[in-house]
Amino acid sequence: MSDTRPELDLSPPVADRIARTTCYMCACRCGIDVHLRDGEVSYIEGNRDHPVNRGVLCAKGSAGIMQHKSPARLRAPLKRVGPRGSGEFEEISWDEALDLAAEWLAPVRESAPERLAFFTGRDQSQSFTGWWAQQFGTPNYAAHGGFCSVNMAAAGIYTLGGAFWEFGAPDWERTELFMIFGVAEDHDSNPIKMGLGRLKARGAKVIAVNPVRTGYNAIADEWVAITPGTDGLFVLALVHELLKAGKIDLDYLCRTTNAPVLLDADGLFARNADGKELVWDRATNRAMPFDAPDLKPALHGSFDGLTPVFQHLAERYLDPAHAAEAVADRCGVPAATIRRIAAELAHAAFDRQITIDRPWTDFRGQRHQTMTGRPVSFHAMRGISAHSNGFQTARALHLLQLLLGSVEVPGGFRFKPPYPKPVSAHPRPHAKVTPGKPLDGPHLGYPRGPEDLLLNDDGSPKRIDKAFTWEAPMSAHGMMHMVISNAHAGDPYPIDVLFMYMANMAWNSTMNTGAVMKMLTDTDDSGGYRIPKIIYSDAYSSEMVAYADLVLPDTTYLERHDCISLLDRPICEPDAAADAIRWPVVEPERPGHEGVRGFQTALIQLGLRLGLPGMVDAGGNAVYKDYADYIVNHQRRPGIGPLAGFRGDGTEAGRGAPNPDQIEAYKRNGGFWLQHIPEEAQFYKPTNAAYQDWAVKMGFYTDDLPAPYLFQLYSEPLRKFQRAAEGHGERQPPEHLRERLKTAMDPLPRWDPPFEDTRIDTGDFPLHAITQRPAAMYHSWGSQNAWLRQIHGVNPLYVPRDTWEAHGFADGDWATLTSVHGSITIPVALMEALNPNTVWTWNAIGKRRGAWALDEDAPEATRGFLLNHLIHELLPPKGDGLRWSNSDPVTGQAAWYDLRVRIEKAPAQAASQPEIPAQVSPVGTGPAVLTFGKGRA
Amino acid sequence: MTSLPDRTATDKSLGLVIDLDTCVGCHACVISCKEWNTSNYGAPLADLDPYGAEPLGTFLNRIHTFETAQPGKPAQVVHFPKSCLHCEDAPCVTVCPTGASYKRQDDGIVLVNESDCIGCGLCAWACPYGAREMDGAEKVMKKCTLCVDRIYNENIPEVDRIPSCVRTCPAGARHFGDLSDPDSSVFKLVEARGGFDLMPEQGTKPVNKYLPPRPKTDTSDGPDVLGPLLAEGTEGAGGFLGWLDRALDRI
Repeated sequence: MSDTRPELDLSPPVADRIARTTCYMCACRCGIDVHLRDGEVSYIEGNRDHPVNRGVLCAKGSAGIMQHKSPARLRAPLKRVGPRGSGEFEEISWDEALDLAAEWLAPVRESAPERLAFFTGRDQSQSFTGWWAQQFGTPNYAAHGGFCSVNMAAAGIYTLGGAFWEFGAPDWERTELFMIFGVAEDHDSNPIKMGLGRLKARGAKVIAVNPVRTGYNAIADEWVAITPGTDGLFVLALVHELLKAGKIDLDYLCRTTNAPVLLDADGLFARNADGKELVWDRATNRAMPFDAPDLKPALHGSFDGLTPVFQHLAERYLDPAHAAEAVADRCGVPAATIRRIAAELAHAAFDRQITIDRPWTDFRGQRHQTMTGRPVSFHAMRGISAHSNGFQTARALHLLQLLLGSVEVPGGFRFKPPYPKPVSAHPRPHAKVTPGKPLDGPHLGYPRGPEDLLLNDDGSPKRIDKAFTWEAPMSAHGMMHMVISNAHAGDPYPIDVLFMYMANMAWNSTMNTGAVMKMLTDTDDSGGYRIPKIIYSDAYSSEMVAYADLVLPDTTYLERHDCISLLDRPICEPDAAADAIRWPVVEPERPGHEGVRGFQTALIQLGLRLGLPGMVDAGGNAVYKDYADYIVNHQRRPGIGPLAGFRGDGTEAGRGAPNPDQIEAYKRNGGFWLQHIPEEAQFYKPTNAAYQDWAVKMGFYTDDLPAPYLFQLYSEPLRKFQRAAEGHGERQPPEHLRERLKTAMDPLPRWDPPFEDTRIDTGDFPLHAITQRPAAMYHSWGSQNAWLRQIHGVNPLYVPRDTWEAHGFADGDWATLTSVHGSITIPVALMEALNPNTVWTWNAIGKRRGAWALDEDAPEATRGFLLNHLIHELLPPKGDGLRWSNSDPVTGQAAWYDLRVRIEKAPAQAASQPEIPAQVSPVGTGPAVLTFGKGRA
Repeated sequence: MTSLPDRTATDKSLGLVIDLDTCVGCHACVISCKEWNTSNYGAPLADLDPYGAEPLGTFLNRIHTFETAQPGKPAQVVHFPKSCLHCEDAPCVTVCPTGASYKRQDDGIVLVNESDCIGCGLCAWACPYGAREMDGAEKVMKKCTLCVDRIYNENIPEVDRIPSCVRTCPAGARHFGDLSDPDSSVFKLVEARGGFDLMPEQGTKPVNKYLPPRPKTDTSDGPDVLGPLLAEGTEGAGGFLGWLDRALDRI
């Protein structure tokens, strides 16, 4: 028995105070309890009461301390003094910075507002930044969705009225079979981990479809090592097998989808005089509006030349071309496996049906005594989305969900308020420019047909990124990845000012990185930069900072006000509406320097200098003194503001007058607000009368009327674009896009090979190359983080065994990876749990020398690398003189994962190639030793 | 040389149960451990060259990732979190020349009394699990304390008096409790799931237990138990449309 035990203090003090705010280490937006000791952040843990994370926190969230203490933090506004890209700056005052920005922007607004391109990256304040851009009057605004997952978002909205991402969630309590497609660390981060844990604890089965087995896929009960780009083919084979077996939910299809809606000879919906879609009622033998009570709809047949959607659907997917055997080789999945998974889906959905005793009333006025559920659910993200066939693949997956009757039901996939909402409840895109005036409406939206395209009379694009044109008709999130390339080419027109926020477009957030760096520094005949002025806002010394003429230094997420708004991307639960704030839990002090400001506050101050409507009153005074003031007092519609909670006298939810105490009320409540959906309204939201009434009460619908709707198996907006391609209507696509649009805009889900496969000799480039996000690192933000970079400081290219052996690779080897566009030379590593035709690496670990306050010999710069160098924003030329975007033809989503490569052994290198020369760090480098917390214990 | 408490005499055997079937390898526990312990028990967990070529930090908990490949079956990936297992027969304690390493009588937690630690590193050599790390700045031995300054801490709400790694784990793959108590949830979990000792042949009798990954179902190309589900089919009278009419009439 030892007698050396010292006396321990088992109850040391933990914090002087705990401040509850919202994380920003990724897009998940968890609630955090920030512990403060001696005025310093000492510990961050998850907020147990918060709807997103219920107390847990991921590695990124816990490492927030190191993000906040990062040596890469900017300290003052910067004005470029060296050549672009060099990183040579002088610090200037905020007044100088805002005056300079106003000096550049005021003449643009007065003469040609479209010559400002304002794109905001991983912005969580899009309802504000979009409003600012609208008041400025430029049509050129979007965030980063175009290079992220707009395929998923648009396919979801057009089909279900909501998308995967974090806009919905599986019914973790009840689902028996959960299937994920292309999900690595992705939206939304902690809830998926928590959900998987709950499924595991109950023994529910998880099937993971992904070429790479990491993270969530590693713990899945079954791993389907699919070949990249073939998910749609696989899903439609599941559809085929289920249809053939009659394992579909016909009652659900009749009641909640447009399966019975009648199509006319043009493929458009037959409608009555009120514009309501018609179905054929077998009971009365006549056409009836879809919302009539007691319908017995027909699903096949011809009625006065009209046929139900379901008949077209069944004919298409029962075709043997969709059979398991027909697709197995292309998918890399045995036919027997495809059929077994179809059977397991059917078993879970129909043999394990759930019935909840909870009466409810549908929008037809019919009362139901119970709620029926199908305990099978799905989630999908970038793996299926970031392909040129991603939109239709996501549509195919939604079709599968609907055939199984598993959307918005107990056990299935459910939406979070304010979703789901039909396309008709979303805005259309706007781009009408009037010099000196605001734009005519919100920039981004969901086109209903060719009439909503943003085209000039001569057919030229209105937007710099060519969003909402025939090249990408449904580009609902814009196309940020095309902005620099198009501005450099002056196609469709040149711009004067490129203004960006939180988007590392000179590095990992762009395709074709080397060429984009050159575009940013290219000069014209007069010696001026082709993109004349670049303003950039970031909190850290990123690669993009080096390319700015003027840098507006943002705060860290612990130093700022923000609202996690229902007007943006919700943090709700399927059973509750919720929103949240960030607030400065520590002051943004940068001793010895001018200091930093929250970007949104800087925008308000810039708006004041520019005299933007809504930001300046009649007397020329500021309407909002800062972003916090805007959050509390701005109203989008009377009573509807950025935050839905604690409105009016502090007790009103959804609607109510601005409450000057609102932010304090949020702080008192742990940084968030939450209100439950009434029990009767919690399922079948699109068709549930009680939900519709609640949504109206909360102010979710712009016109304040219920908006019940049917899920869209068949998409009429797609058909309208397709008809135009067939030659119908006033607005016609250019000839070179006609054939492509006829297939791409198919109103029923389809699969086509990724574009790149059709433009190259795949024999020359036999491998697929993709990236995944590591769970402990998010994009570029993490590399400056002393703790996280010790987990992910290097990113070898992972190579499957057959290829590894064929090339005689050994540990420590290097390889040259070549695409049709370029080559990189990089370290390789063997991986067994990998599709045999695929190589991959972690996303965005590689860094430019000199960036992020890292030493120039940091492994991120010497052995890290980007696949981006191999991916062009344009497809290989096909000799027609046209620039064909490497994007989904429906939404314009960047087709990152279409990449094809070949691999060859290479001599070991001192650094990954291409090696980009160092940028000067405006903030120096970090300390040699960190002993965080010293003296506190 | 330090002696261990009489095994039967420790009042409790506090430890972790780590579920390898559920751990997604996200490193949440690794970083939460780091941020708690760098500010609490003993010297901070230093990071040398934190922004340079070879960052080297002290971590009390790390995750290792292994792949297993078997012929004819899909490869598997296992994430394996590893920290001190608070062994009953802890060789790191008995090897300590100053008595700095010790195992607590009341709960079985193995700790280092840093004021007595001379940084000789013998304990790290003796530990078969590699669960101790010499701090690069203070030159004292660091190891998992099971958050001894959390689990009894009256300044923390009772629900949070658990190790930081357990509190933060998003997937719920980490469990904490008294493994000597047959009524404890961790004891029952180990029973139910076949929890095992890490490297039992070392004779260290670790308190921490691991729950094995459940057998994967993705290897079955055997009997098609679900085949009949799809076989009922729509190929009877009238083909698919005939089936459709009959099915619609049943609604």
